[in-house]
Amino acid sequence: MSEAAAPPPPLEEDPEAYAPSVARRMAFYQSAGGFVTPFLTAVFAFLMGGIVVAATGHNPLRVYKAIFEGAGLNWFFHFGSYHIDIPFSTHHIWFWWNTSTNYTAAYNLTQTLLTTTPLILTGLAVSFAFRCGLFNIGGQGQYITGAIVGVYVGSRFVSMGHFQHVALAIVLASLAGAFWGAIAGFLKATVGAHEVITTIMLNWIAYWAGSYFFGRGGPLQNHLNKSIPISDDIAQGAHFPAIWGNPALQALHGGIFLALAALFVFYLVLNRTTLGYEVRAVGFNSEAARYGGISVGRNFVVAMAISGSFAGLAGALDILGWQFRLGVLDVQVSNIGFIGIAVALLGRNTAVGVGCAALLFGALLTGTSTRSLDPNIFPPQLAGNLALMIQALVLLFVGADLLIVYIWQARRKLRLTGRAPA
Amino acid sequence: MSTIDFAGRLRSRWPLETVVARGGVVIGLFAFIVALPPFRADAQWVPVLVGLVAVGAGIWVLTRGLRRPGWTAIGFGIVGIGLGILVTRASHGNLNQVVVWSALFSATLVWATPLTFAAIGGMFSERSGVVNIGLEGMMLSGAFFATLGADKFGSWEMGVLCAGIAGGCFALVHAFMAIHLRADQIVSGTAINFLAVGVTGYFFIDIYGENGTPGNLPRIPEVSLGFLGRVFGHLNLMIWVSFALLILAHITLFRTPIGLRIRSVGEHPRAADTVGISVYGTRYAAVVLSGVLAALGGAYLSIGYLGSFSENMTAGRGFIALAAVIFGNWRPFGAFAAALLFGGSTALSFRLAQPWGNASVLFQALPYVLTLIAVAGVIGRSVPPASAGRPYVKQ
Repeated sequence: MSEAAAPPPPLEEDPEAYAPSVARRMAFYQSAGGFVTPFLTAVFAFLMGGIVVAATGHNPLRVYKAIFEGAGLNWFFHFGSYHIDIPFSTHHIWFWWNTSTNYTAAYNLTQTLLTTTPLILTGLAVSFAFRCGLFNIGGQGQYITGAIVGVYVGSRFVSMGHFQHVALAIVLASLAGAFWGAIAGFLKATVGAHEVITTIMLNWIAYWAGSYFFGRGGPLQNHLNKSIPISDDIAQGAHFPAIWGNPALQALHGGIFLALAALFVFYLVLNRTTLGYEVRAVGFNSEAARYGGISVGRNFVVAMAISGSFAGLAGALDILGWQFRLGVLDVQVSNIGFIGIAVALLGRNTAVGVGCAALLFGALLTGTSTRSLDPNIFPPQLAGNLALMIQALVLLFVGADLLIVYIWQARRKLRLTGRAPA
Repeated sequence: MSTIDFAGRLRSRWPLETVVARGGVVIGLFAFIVALPPFRADAQWVPVLVGLVAVGAGIWVLTRGLRRPGWTAIGFGIVGIGLGILVTRASHGNLNQVVVWSALFSATLVWATPLTFAAIGGMFSERSGVVNIGLEGMMLSGAFFATLGADKFGSWEMGVLCAGIAGGCFALVHAFMAIHLRADQIVSGTAINFLAVGVTGYFFIDIYGENGTPGNLPRIPEVSLGFLGRVFGHLNLMIWVSFALLILAHITLFRTPIGLRIRSVGEHPRAADTVGISVYGTRYAAVVLSGVLAALGGAYLSIGYLGSFSENMTAGRGFIALAAVIFGNWRPFGAFAAALLFGGSTALSFRLAQPWGNASVLFQALPYVLTLIAVAGVIGRSVPPASAGRPYVKQ
């Protein structure tokens, strides 16, 4: 068939003719952006969101203050004379802030950190692939895969020891996420299928697989109550230990330390190992990397697998840390993986940036949630959508980096022409 | 003389191998169909035999060196055998309940129509070289603003108009980001999706609140053509529009200078620029058109089919449309066939809910699995336009 003729040769004869590549853009961020651009991006997004709020007849300042308090960030501004208990003893020591979760700000802050934990990881999932020149928008599917495996392992193997059970669930969930990501990497490496398309498809396959597993009559549906589309509860021994707050009211769990450790691992692997060097080399210029003897295909697979393992870990931590079960609705409504894209892009794909951006979005999500936001000031249903808008605007402004380039160049041109006539 | 010429042209367009391969596909489908009402073959060997004929045809085509058509026929044969055997093992009562051809077919058309609109839109955008991940968001905005327009102005025509304008505006944002600012088109498309969910959700709650959209919304009317039978006699106007759009899109894209410009801009923008085609202008037009069409698909969903709007109601249909574009190999009729297939899998999943229970939701995943297989190139690669996703810098 004549239609199956070879595709036209790629248009690489003049790379400068096209827009800056991902690598070029990232180099630009490193040199010109730094902390200022992402900060301004976020500020602009919140300003635009404020305009919408004002346009619909609410006071944006009061709304943002309510969201700020809903996120528990005012906790940091309440100094006093409090104490924390020293574990395994009756002693306590003086502490600056009130850590009692009966105190609303402290409780809200635990919820913010609870949301920040998976956001850090899904943000890293996008970032790591980005550093290899891949756009992993499959964080959501990898997150769901991790959560499914997490809830499966957590609700089986009841007789295992506490530590072993948690460790097994986390490791297997990360591997599942890694597998889900590696499919896209493998297809990219072998047949050149675009990772954006394949990861979108994998997201939705995971979504419907989850709906099938936990739906009524599904293979992983609750064994005790056949009428609810929810999984079995995970065993008590598979709960992640709580570190702050009352476990009955969604306490902050120790998984946040794993997320912070993941940030550190991300930095170390990328900047201090051969693997990271190769991944970044492929990300900067895959042709040059190939010429330098690096297997580009292998790095695609490895980078996607590592990305997926971050997202899979996020899914497992949410299950073992505070959800303890997974329902069809959880699978269908969750968008932690998608928010990871905004986290990664706002965080400029660096460890520190991702950590800060995850905290920002975690606070935004918690502050606008029905549980935390004062409904007298702003209806939480509206606020949830406001949070979505702000995320979208962040993405739009991040994408509009060329505006900054224009301004930058215009300024330089102005300076040059200013000198030239002399 | 001319008749001989005609026969020769026919032979060159339809060589024996192609005919056999396409016949194999049809026979493979038939292996499944013989087991269904009204044929309802009870013995398992019937679908197996018919399916094996299809596989044989596929193998023969394969030996003649045509990989893609050959594997397609083999695939259809095997799937036909599998489904056929599955059906022969089902009970007759269930079969009669699920396989009501007229109902199944009209449900397929209902679910395929929004996909068709969005997929043809997406195809124009991608053909011009701009990847449009934001189809989902544009569709959702169309669904909401159609509801709003129909409610506020009291007529469905205004609803459709509002939908088109809203979808066009979202697309314009995407176009500006992708073309002038040369932003990453995936980032910008993802942003559009988030933005649409946020904006429609915000205004939906702000305007309609807890009660939801009013029950007496003006709806897009049905076209009653009784003489066309049960399936085609009572179709929504938008379904007929989608048929017309399909033909129009095919003619525009492959038979007019406009289509040639769109395709050249998507394949080799530098060459197009050199011969005086405005790359930016063409791309803007194509992307905005894609937004308008996706929004019309959304409008069909809200004020055409359901008669109401709910938050995030498109629920991934924009992504299925994107899959249809790819599965249909960036061609209008291909995209339409994919939309029918995907719409059919949705319809089947709803109809199977009764006998199969939960397992029927797996049919909802079928579009994504098929597209994954298609881009993986197991049965012949889908090749996108050469410059899709690459911004162009004027010189």
